[in-house]
Amino acid sequence: MPRSKADKYSILLPTYNEKENLPLITWLIVKSFSESGHDYEIIVIDDGSPDGTLEVAKQLQDIYGSDKIVLRPRAKKLGLGTAYIHGIKHATGNFIIIMDADLSHHPKFISEFIRLQKEEQCDVVSGTRYAGNGGVYGWDLKRKIISRGANFLAQVLLRPGASDLTGSFRLYKKEVLQRLIDSCVSKGYVFQMEMIVRARQFGYKIGEVPITFVDRFYGESKLGGSEIISYAKGLLYLFAST
Amino acid sequence: MATKLVQWLTVFFLVASIWSALLFDLIPIRLDDTLKEVIWPFPAYFLVVFGCFSLGTIGYRVATFNDCEDAVVSLKEELEEARKDLASKGFTFS
Repeated sequence: MPRSKADKYSILLPTYNEKENLPLITWLIVKSFSESGHDYEIIVIDDGSPDGTLEVAKQLQDIYGSDKIVLRPRAKKLGLGTAYIHGIKHATGNFIIIMDADLSHHPKFISEFIRLQKEEQCDVVSGTRYAGNGGVYGWDLKRKIISRGANFLAQVLLRPGASDLTGSFRLYKKEVLQRLIDSCVSKGYVFQMEMIVRARQFGYKIGEVPITFVDRFYGESKLGGSEIISYAKGLLYLFAST
Repeated sequence: MATKLVQWLTVFFLVASIWSALLFDLIPIRLDDTLKEVIWPFPAYFLVVFGCFSLGTIGYRVATFNDCEDAVVSLKEELEEARKDLASKGFTFS
């Protein structure tokens, strides 16, 4: 494919207090892309972290160059959806990769995302914890039951054609992500679910790559009653609107 | 295209009307009373079967949930390498 030479991948990394993780995830991304040889840029969208994440990002920019590490900070915490909008505005790639900066997503899977996208001409490639060799590290039995139950319910009600609805490790064609963000209203991880369900609704081709998810290598993960309620609300909203 | 809610309601009313038509003689097909006794508890059967299927599926998926111990081991090794390499490039960890 001659066109693939021009493909460029913009990785959006929304950060908030990720001083410890940012240099490590950056190093892993750089390693992954130098092995695969694809053109890329990392867009760090820091929401005014008080721990000095932005200073760390500046150091990384000095090491890897300002063409590879692009800083697009915002003054305060404004949410994920707007972080993506903010990031896309400055992205120069024709593909956008979204992932968490907390090391729960490993950049080594990106080359598989890219390969699948090219092979099957996907509009969206989603990492999945729930199929193939995918999985999660760091979840106890209760957490597994809740997530499997919630996922089963969503599969039955929405038949979305994707096995991992709330995952946030995905590759999008830039214009597809733009359109999806414009039509999605949810927050939190319901936002990720709405993105993939709307992608299906609009008839976009979705591919899936099994990924391993290392839950909060540093720091802790939370799943409380309020998350479950907002998930249920989001599910019903999508059930009635898509 | 119809929303998932409308799709569900459509199927529900279709099945419910066939069931009640057979049961309450709403169509000119007269069923034997013994046959009606069989049809009467169908919704309950369905709920039980679907409940078992759901629990079975979720249970199986929880039991076969991949724990990814290897992913953590290899990640830790890589992070060691990352710290060394970053330090050698002049990065200062605070």
